[in-house]
Amino acid sequence: MSISRRKLLQRAGILGCSAAASPLLTPMSFAALPSDNRLVVIILRGGMDGLDVVQPYGDAALKDLRPTLKFGEAAGAADLDGFFSLHKGLSGLMPLWAKGELAFAHAASTPYRDKRSHFDGQDLLEAGLGMDGLGRVRDGWLNRMLAVMPGGDPHTGFAIGREEMLVLTGGVPVSNWSPDTHLNLSEQSRRLLQRLYHDDPLFNASVSEAIELAEVLEPEMVGDGASGDDAAMMQQQMMASLRGGAHKRVAEFAANRLIEDTRVAAFSINGWDTHNNQGRALKGGLSRLQDTILILQQQLGDIWGKTAVLAMTEFGRTARENGTRGTDHGTGGAMLLAGGAIAGGKVFGAWPGLAEADLYQGRDLRPVMDVRDVSAAVMQAVFGLDQTLLEGAIFPGLDMNGGLKFTL
Amino acid sequence: MTFNPETAAIRFGTGLSPVHAPPASVDEMLSQLAGPDKMAERFTISTFAQIEGVMETVRVLNKTRRNDPSKGAEIKQQISRLRKRARLQQIKGLQANMARGMYTEDGFRERLVRFWADHFTVKGKNSLWRTAVAPFVEEAIRPNITGSFAEILKAATFHPMMLMFLDQVNSVGPNSVVAVRNPKRGINENLAREVLELHTLGVDGAYSQTDVYELAKLFSGLTYRRKGGFTYVPRMAEPGPETVLGKSYGGYIQDLFHVTDFLDDLAVHPDTARHLARKLVVHFVSDDPDEAYVAHVASAYRVSGGDLMATYRAMLTHDAAWAMPSTKVKQPIDFVISSLRALDLKDQRFTDLNWKKIRTLVVAPMGLMGQMWENPTGPDGWAEAAEHWITPQGLAARIGWAMTVPLLLRPKLPEPVRLAQTALGGRLSPALLRACGESDDKTDGVGLVFASPEFQRN
Repeated sequence: MSISRRKLLQRAGILGCSAAASPLLTPMSFAALPSDNRLVVIILRGGMDGLDVVQPYGDAALKDLRPTLKFGEAAGAADLDGFFSLHKGLSGLMPLWAKGELAFAHAASTPYRDKRSHFDGQDLLEAGLGMDGLGRVRDGWLNRMLAVMPGGDPHTGFAIGREEMLVLTGGVPVSNWSPDTHLNLSEQSRRLLQRLYHDDPLFNASVSEAIELAEVLEPEMVGDGASGDDAAMMQQQMMASLRGGAHKRVAEFAANRLIEDTRVAAFSINGWDTHNNQGRALKGGLSRLQDTILILQQQLGDIWGKTAVLAMTEFGRTARENGTRGTDHGTGGAMLLAGGAIAGGKVFGAWPGLAEADLYQGRDLRPVMDVRDVSAAVMQAVFGLDQTLLEGAIFPGLDMNGGLKFTL
Repeated sequence: MTFNPETAAIRFGTGLSPVHAPPASVDEMLSQLAGPDKMAERFTISTFAQIEGVMETVRVLNKTRRNDPSKGAEIKQQISRLRKRARLQQIKGLQANMARGMYTEDGFRERLVRFWADHFTVKGKNSLWRTAVAPFVEEAIRPNITGSFAEILKAATFHPMMLMFLDQVNSVGPNSVVAVRNPKRGINENLAREVLELHTLGVDGAYSQTDVYELAKLFSGLTYRRKGGFTYVPRMAEPGPETVLGKSYGGYIQDLFHVTDFLDDLAVHPDTARHLARKLVVHFVSDDPDEAYVAHVASAYRVSGGDLMATYRAMLTHDAAWAMPSTKVKQPIDFVISSLRALDLKDQRFTDLNWKKIRTLVVAPMGLMGQMWENPTGPDGWAEAAEHWITPQGLAARIGWAMTVPLLLRPKLPEPVRLAQTALGGRLSPALLRACGESDDKTDGVGLVFASPEFQRN
C-alpha cells in the first residue's frame, strides 16, 4: 500500500469516529437529500482494456495493432454506431443501448501518466486529483461531493463489499458493509463490546456503525444471542459467504439500499488485468459487469429512471496487443455509463485515432478526455451540482469546459 | 525502551501462549531463526512436484478423453476427483501454516515467511495452479528468509508459480529466434514491471517505462516447461544487450547469467534498500513509521549488501521496535492463529479437523474479515493499514468469529479472565478485565477477550 492511501485511511478512521459516536439512528429518522436521483460508481480494478470492450472496428489501424485479438462482427460483437462495436460479453446490455440507457466515453483517462502502476493509478482515480496529487491523497471525490450536498446522513453514501472504497472515504460519514456480513450479538455482549471499544477511536467507530447497520439490515437478528443457535447460524452464514456470485449479492444489496435512503453507492468489480490470452481473461470481468448492471436495472424498478451508473478503471491498456495475446498497462481507456438518468445510445469523445503518430508515447490510446470531466458532467446532471463546486471542492483544478454534456 | 518478551511474542511472533514461553532476547529470536526449521518438519506442506504430477495426470486424462469420447463421462469424474483432492491439499496447507504458528517457539520465522510470501504475492489462475501457492512459499520463500535478498529475489522470480502468475512463460523477445519465425509472438511486460515496482525499487523508485520494457526484453527466455520446471530458453530471448537502470546487460550470447547479474545488482540498489526497510518496519511495527527508524534499517541492509539477518537485527535492536505504541492491527490470519494459540488447542484436535470445518471456521470467516486466503486482489498483496482491516464489516466478522468459533473448536473453554491474562500479559486493560467479569456467558467472555482492541492490535 502506498503511503498516500495509508495516510488517507488514518485520517478517515479518525474522522469517522465522531460521526459514529452520535446516537444510534433508526430507519425512520433518515433524512433524504433534496435530490431523489441516484449515482452508482463502480471501480473496475486492474485496468480494463477499453479498446476490446468498446471496439473501434471502424478504425483501419486496429487490425494491424491487434492481429490475434478478435473484434467487431468476427468476434460476435454488436455494432453500436457504425464505428464502435460492443464486446459480446456485454451483449446483454444492448437493449439498454437501444433505449438510450447505456453510453460510453472513449479515450478517457485519469491524469495519471507514464509509470502505469495499478495502485498509484487507482489512488488517483479514486482521489480525483491530478498527477501532483500522488502522495497527497487524502480522501475520495465521491466523499467530497457529499460534503457539498447538504441534507444527507450516514446512509446517503454507501460503500459495499469486503474491500475498502477509497472513492467514498473521507470526512463525511458514509456506510460500509458487505452483503455476506452478519452481526448476531446478545444484548449484553453488545453493551460490553461498546464499552471495551470506547477508548479506541478506530474500533469504536467501526463497531458503532456495524451495530447500527445490523439493526437496520437485519432487525430480526438483533439481541437474541442463544449460543447454540448462534453457532449453527454462523456456520450456515459462513457456507453461504463462500458461494459463487458474490458480485450479484453486492448488486442486489446496492439496489436495496438505493431503494431506501442511499443516494450514492460505490463498489468494485475486479479482474481486468488481461496480460495473457485476453480473449479468455476478459470474460469473467465482463460477465460480472453485465450481471451487475442488469441486476441494478431490474431491482431498482422505477428508480432506474432516476439512476446514473458510472464504471471506470485506473487506465486503459496498450493499443498493440502484446506477445502473449494480451495487452499491457496503457493510458487511455473507456468508461461505461448506464441508467435512466443518462442520455445514452452514444459513444462520447472525439476519437484520437490509432495510427502510429496518434498513439500516446507510440504505444497507448491517446486520452482525449479526463475521467473526472465525465464524472463531473454526470454529477452535474444527476444532482444539479454547480460547476464551480465541481471544479473546486470536488475535483480541484479541473476545467470542465471540454464540452461533454449529459442531460436527464 | 528495551526488549520485552511479550512484545516480542505479539508484535514479532504469533502471540502469547499458555505453554510456549515468549522469546527471552533479540539474540534468542535470531538464533532460533538461524537454527533448524522445526515446524516445517512437523507440519508438512505438499510440494510443487506433487502438484505438477496432478497437472500431468489431468492433462493425460483430457487427451484420452479427446481421443476416445466414449470414456468422456468417466474421465470427467476422475478429473473432478483429482481437482477436489488438490483443493483439499490447499486447505491442508492453510491448516499446516496455522499449526506452525500455534505450536512454534520460533514465531518470528512464521511471521517473516508470511511477510515475504506477501511481498512476492502469487495467485493461481485456475483450480490446480491455486493449489501451488503454498508449495511456492514452501520452496521459494521459506528456505530463503535468512540469506541475502538477492537469493530470495531470484528464487521467487524464477519459480514456475511466479512465471505463470505474472505471465512471463510465453514472453519472447521481438527479435528472438522464436518471434522471427512467428511474428505474432512477443513481449509481455507484466513480470518486469512488478519486479521493479513491487519487489525491489518501489513505485517511487528511479525507473521509467523504458526500463520496464528493456527489462522485459532481458527477462525474455525465462519460462517454465511442464517436464523440467524453470528453464531459460535462448531461442525465446531477445538478442542483447539491454540497458536497464543505466547499465548494459547481455550481448551476443543469450544466457541466464545476464538475468541473474541484473537481479544481483537490483537487490543492492539503494531504492531497494529503502523500499524493503520501509515495508518491514510498516509490517511489524507501525503503519506510519519514524523515518529515522526506516533509515536505520535501510542502512543495515545497504552496509551488509542486502543480508536479511543483519537487516532483521537492525529492525529488532532499534528502540522504536519496542517503544512504539501498539497501533497496528493483526491481519486476519494472525488474529486467528494467535487466538487459537492462546486457547491452547491440542495439536491432535486441530490437525484432525476435516477440510469442511477449516473452510467453515477459518477460510470463510477470514474472507469476511477481508482476507480470502491465498487470493488477494492484486500482486501487491495484503494491505497494512489498521483502517483497512477494522471496517464495520471487517470488525463484525472478527467479533462473530471470536464469539462462536472458540467454543466449536474447544468445547471446554478456559475461564475468560485467565485466558485474558495468558493472551495479553501486561497489556490486559482494566476495562477488559471488568467486562470479562461482568459477562455471564463463558462463550461471550472468551469472545470479548479476542474481540478486544488490545488483543487485535500488535
